[in-house]
Amino acid sequence: MRMFGVSSEHIMPITLTVNGKAHTLDVEPEMPLLWALRETIGLTGTKFGCGIAACGVCTVHLDGRPVRSCVLPISAADGKTVTTIEGLAPDGVLSKVQQAWIAHQVPQCGYCQSGMIMAVAALLAATPKPTDADIDAGLTNICRCGTFARVRAAIHDVANSTDGSAS
Amino acid sequence: MNKWSRRAFIGAGTVAGGGFLLGVAGFTFAPSRHSLVSADAAAKGQLTTWITITPDNMIDILIPHCEMGQGASTALAMMAAEELEADWSLVRVQEAPAEDAYANGYIIRAMGGGYVPAMLGRGVDYGAYKAMEWIGLMVTGGSTSVRGTGEWGMRVAGAAAKEMLVAAAAKQWNVPASECVAKSSRITHAASGKSATYGELAPAAATESVPTSPTLKNPDTFTIRRTSAQRLDLPSKVDGSAVYAIDFTMPGMLYAALAIAPVQGGKLVAVDTAPADAMPGVKKVVKLDEAVAVVADSFWRARRALAALKPEFSDAGHGAVSTDSIFAAFDQALGPAPAVPKNAARTITADYRAPFLAHATMEPMVCTARVEGAGAETLAEVWAGVQDPLNARSVAAKALGTDVHNVRLTNFMLGGGFGRRLPFTFDYVDLGVRVAKAMSPIPVKTIWTRENDLQHDYYRGAALSRHAGALDANGTPLAAHSNYTGGGNDEAVFMPYKIAEMAAEGKKAPHAIREGQWRSVLNSQHGFFKESFIDEMAHAAGKDPFEFRRGLVTEQPRFKAALEKAASMSGWGTPLPPGEGRGIAVCDSFGTICAEVVHVAVSPEGQLKVLNVYAAIDCGDVINLDGATAQAEGGIIFALSAALLSEITIDKGQVVQTNFRDYPMIHIADAPKITTAFIRSDAPLGGLGEPPVPPLAPALCNAIFAATGVRVRELPIRKTSLKKA
Ligand code: FES
Ligand code: FES
Repeated sequence: MRMFGVSSEHIMPITLTVNGKAHTLDVEPEMPLLWALRETIGLTGTKFGCGIAACGVCTVHLDGRPVRSCVLPISAADGKTVTTIEGLAPDGVLSKVQQAWIAHQVPQCGYCQSGMIMAVAALLAATPKPTDADIDAGLTNICRCGTFARVRAAIHDVANSTDGSAS
Repeated sequence: MNKWSRRAFIGAGTVAGGGFLLGVAGFTFAPSRHSLVSADAAAKGQLTTWITITPDNMIDILIPHCEMGQGASTALAMMAAEELEADWSLVRVQEAPAEDAYANGYIIRAMGGGYVPAMLGRGVDYGAYKAMEWIGLMVTGGSTSVRGTGEWGMRVAGAAAKEMLVAAAAKQWNVPASECVAKSSRITHAASGKSATYGELAPAAATESVPTSPTLKNPDTFTIRRTSAQRLDLPSKVDGSAVYAIDFTMPGMLYAALAIAPVQGGKLVAVDTAPADAMPGVKKVVKLDEAVAVVADSFWRARRALAALKPEFSDAGHGAVSTDSIFAAFDQALGPAPAVPKNAARTITADYRAPFLAHATMEPMVCTARVEGAGAETLAEVWAGVQDPLNARSVAAKALGTDVHNVRLTNFMLGGGFGRRLPFTFDYVDLGVRVAKAMSPIPVKTIWTRENDLQHDYYRGAALSRHAGALDANGTPLAAHSNYTGGGNDEAVFMPYKIAEMAAEGKKAPHAIREGQWRSVLNSQHGFFKESFIDEMAHAAGKDPFEFRRGLVTEQPRFKAALEKAASMSGWGTPLPPGEGRGIAVCDSFGTICAEVVHVAVSPEGQLKVLNVYAAIDCGDVINLDGATAQAEGGIIFALSAALLSEITIDKGQVVQTNFRDYPMIHIADAPKITTAFIRSDAPLGGLGEPPVPPLAPALCNAIFAATGVRVRELPIRKTSLKKA
């Protein structure tokens, strides 16, 4: 589908797959992926917190890798696959990370948690059994509500679950 | 658009298919009794709490507080469900809309008027006092939700609904009501073997007269309260479906980015709009008194166009204000250290300094508005995340020069509150509706950037406190005096210790930086001051800081119990490796006593690692155990981030910090292990969102002293070298 039909010489169509669905967007190539997701495609689960890659609430997966979408120009996602928080439970069945988040009652205000969950899912995909040191080094998302202890416990829970896969 | 009538909402709230609807009138209207009203009376607006039982046996509870992550909605629902003898798995919650009917100032009005039911024996504390100023508002703050609305509204509503259901069953089965037992959303009559669900009985129960004074449960029989219930708001917060104000959208909506006068009180002097006008997607550059907004078809485009502008603002005469000038004025206002008895064997003095702090809620300020009409006939719809929907609505009405009833406000889950979204701090609503008015009737979502947020907060006030203490030859304290700037009150300066001479005096040194309520309010500065100083006195007396405090609280059993619990949890007194230390502090705020022990390690190079925090909390009783624990953990991390890192500084009248790069927050790597214990006392319910904050900074600095001999007297801690003296 095509959206956001504004004519301008800078604008060129960008094609990307978001949560399994193909999109062609007519937006400036330098528009950050975050705003294309939220405003053009209408997926608002990915949040805005700082706009300078310092907080992580905008974390999504680009071809499986975690990226801070507030600073990633949409042109860098051209032809690529993006997974957002909405794509983590495609058939309504929560992923293991999400289930652990409920079991440990992690979120408070919840605003940082889309990004936190996406960052953790990526961390576990790369390091299925992270040590505390791995978690400390790999997770730099900010949570103003202070849910860190539960985040850590939930990560270990997922890692220790039988098959160790985070999906 | 029609005028928004209250009736329109009440209608929408009625259950299709004949459910059961119950409200509890506020004490405003009936201060001498627990007056309960049915749906009819509700339509007159005499309603603060609704319980609805649907024909399919679900229980819907309407909560007059917003959910900002503190779990209030779940805790309040638990209080109603307990009295109702509900099956907890059949309970749902919803936030009450911004209508006068849901004002919860009534709780406070009753308290201030001297009407205090037996279950709330304690007098008016600071949280309540503060809330009194907000009478008529629907506030979530001052840790009041569970204490006020829960005890005074939710419990009574639940108990009354249960009695009506029992009465309906008794009538239907022709048996005495006293033989009917309510349990798990079902009424049973054992002798006849009859049984019916609440859903089946609801239509008949709705016609029962409302008991004027329902019996509340004996706490010993609680089955829902004091357990750990899963928070009802969490499922939507793990799959991205939770809707915050920033997520609200509607067809045709435009987006605005703002540049606000960098010096508070400054005005827009001039701006050449041409560079933005020409940019793609830009609809209009809106000039406001104190700001300029670019309205465009996407937020990113609005922001990009705004960056092309060079607006000029005046500085309201505050262009010379700086952190240094403010603290110099503080210092001057304090004068010499307070006098202490001349005959003392030992006297000590110390100054403590606390910086301005920002709230930095994770979700920045956002307001969407659609404005139609002009003058007194202006109608508006507003969508925003606020801790007080009613006051926010009047802010919008005032900005538009229209009546409050011409404004409809929809509230959302808040991406953090911490005091930033309270009454008298709704500048984002004010600005948002004015931008929308300029675009009338097109809806506009105004999103604050993090830069807007950090530079235009209502800051936690900076403060300087000057202390003097005296000890006799045995190390017994004779006097503890302080003078402070930055504001205070009886609760914040209160020390539980038995010392012959104690006084704290506030000195005025006004400045141009606007301030607001920040999680735990004035306790956040004063907790640091007073609990650091008492620690210094303990060390001056050559005594163990825990034993020193314990010896001074023999007449304060709640403080004593909290201190002892925290100490024993932490293994106080057991040996630690070199470079490690423990510190203790205890504070009383919002009716809750919280003692904390912090355990740190400091490397020879002065590198600090916070290893453990132990918190012993007496908030009377706990509603949702796991939710309460989460609040304590969150408060401790919030306080830790501030104590270690946070400082807002002022230069040329402007806030220097711009984003998380120069106003950093701690990460998971910095988060200590937190152990929490709740002490059940016969004290009335205290708050929980805020009380874990004040003791953290002093306990941490006291631990650093124990580990290194370095006394930190200025926050944030990163400004002091911790290299062993
Ligand atoms: S919004 Fe992207 S990292 Fe903060
Ligand atoms: S849950 Fe509120 S910021 Fe993390």
